[in-house]
Amino acid sequence: MKLVTAVIKPFKLDDVKDALKAIGVAGITVSEVRGFGRQGGHTETYRGAEYKIDFVPKVSLAVVIADESVDSVVDTIVSSAATGKIGDGKIWVSDVDRLVRIRTGEEGTDAI
Amino acid sequence: MRNKRALRIISGLGGATAILALTASTGFAQEGPDTQAILDNIWVFIAGALVFFMQAGFALVEAGLTRAKNVVNIFAKNLSDALIGVLAFFAVGYAFAFGSVSDSGLEKFIGTKAFFLSGQDLAIPVDGGLSVATVFFFQVVFAATAVTIISGGMAERTKFISYLIISAAMTAFIYPVVVHWTWGGGFIAQLNVGDAVYSDFAGSGVVHMVGGIGALMGAWFLGPRIGKYDENGKPRAIPGHSIPFVLLGVFILWLGWFGFNPGSELAADGTVITVAVNTLIAACAAGVATTITIWLKTGKPDLAMISNGVLAGLVAITAPCGTVNAGMAAIIGAIGGILVVFSVFFFDRIHIDDPVGAVSVHGVCGAWGVLSVGLFARYDDAFLGRENAGLFYGGGFDQLGMQALMILIIGAWVTVTAGALMFILKSTIGLRVAPEEEIEGLDVLEHGIEGYAPDVAYAR
Repeated sequence: MKLVTAVIKPFKLDDVKDALKAIGVAGITVSEVRGFGRQGGHTETYRGAEYKIDFVPKVSLAVVIADESVDSVVDTIVSSAATGKIGDGKIWVSDVDRLVRIRTGEEGTDAI
Repeated sequence: MRNKRALRIISGLGGATAILALTASTGFAQEGPDTQAILDNIWVFIAGALVFFMQAGFALVEAGLTRAKNVVNIFAKNLSDALIGVLAFFAVGYAFAFGSVSDSGLEKFIGTKAFFLSGQDLAIPVDGGLSVATVFFFQVVFAATAVTIISGGMAERTKFISYLIISAAMTAFIYPVVVHWTWGGGFIAQLNVGDAVYSDFAGSGVVHMVGGIGALMGAWFLGPRIGKYDENGKPRAIPGHSIPFVLLGVFILWLGWFGFNPGSELAADGTVITVAVNTLIAACAAGVATTITIWLKTGKPDLAMISNGVLAGLVAITAPCGTVNAGMAAIIGAIGGILVVFSVFFFDRIHIDDPVGAVSVHGVCGAWGVLSVGLFARYDDAFLGRENAGLFYGGGFDQLGMQALMILIIGAWVTVTAGALMFILKSTIGLRVAPEEEIEGLDVLEHGIEGYAPDVAYAR
């Protein structure tokens, strides 16, 4: 099993969610985060004093899926989250050692 | 006393004493006060209630412009200065301001009677005028306004107990003395420059400048908030946590000002409404002027600054509102709206950290309001005693000189007394919270509660 984590632009969340559901992903976890990569921040002024905002609001989503589905999930996220402009985000894939469904106690791929 | 306004207040007190004498000697049933007297008292009371609600406005503006971790503290300061302010003014402040007055000796400078309103008949005088109850009610909410200005300049780093002491000292002594010298018919009211006597209809100088300078002394002795200035001494923005609060506060203050200025006519007559119109127009002109100024200076219409601008216009028109026409009110407001922007920048640059702009809005624009009377005075506002007193109406420089003199006297008084107060507090119990507390936030450590506690959820 793999954990696919993607940091994307917040307004693309709906597109990514719909695209993942369309390929049969059963559930995702979403959190609001801040971050920067090459995009960098921007400068605002408040009562005449300038201040740099380094961090940009993003959305982080996490999906746990079977090994065979990884490539299709990653490709789906890439195509639905991309705008072509700087700040589109990143995806990384890591191993999941153990997965449990809390309601039933099922383990492993049965819990996906 | 050439001051008709002081006469109105004192006649209320005199009338009250007359009733006392009458009832003691004759035992006749009194005729009630006439309709005009009742209207006067009811209107001034309602105006006072509007001014009282400005406490909510100040609290919201200050909370909105400061951080969430300090929101309980800022509201606590705003509530407490009303609680303490009213009681201190009741106990001694009113007496110092209005208890007695004379053109020589101690009573020229401070009142010596009517502590705790003792010996005062609170009823409406039979021969008209305001009752002591009305005068006290109206004046005490003005005192509370003057003191609550200070909490903004001292926000986010002041020990609560020290602020309580500051509130008491301001409303018990520093502010009432200024009132005695002006509306109470004392020192400043007895001065003249040529034909000119002082004019401050509703208190740009008496109330707002006093609060603004108090805030300046507080901010100065406190020092800037941690992190306000970077290692090169350049000011950093510390954005407030709720612009919606700021705007609600501005609207509430604005509404309150329709009591502050028109109520200062101390009577129910047509002038009440012309004063209200001047107030409204000045505020709007100021808001537009600030919008243009900040937009040009920083490239964006910063609403936090524009909010200060509207208030600056209201402060500025507070002195001249009884003597100018609406067009001049717009100009006075607009100048206030431009002045406040440069003032905020200035104080930031000289490392006076004023989180909400209290010094600029109330101190600087209060002084401008007082001065503007010398330039634009047209009608007799019952202080001036003459028409066309302003420089631009052929009145010469006398009025301008008198207004400037008034600014100097009040400015010096507050600087010395408030400065001494801050110095003494700083040297004894301390003015400022510990750095760890300032960084953590004052709410939990000064008050034991959070302002925005997350919801608790229990299963059992």
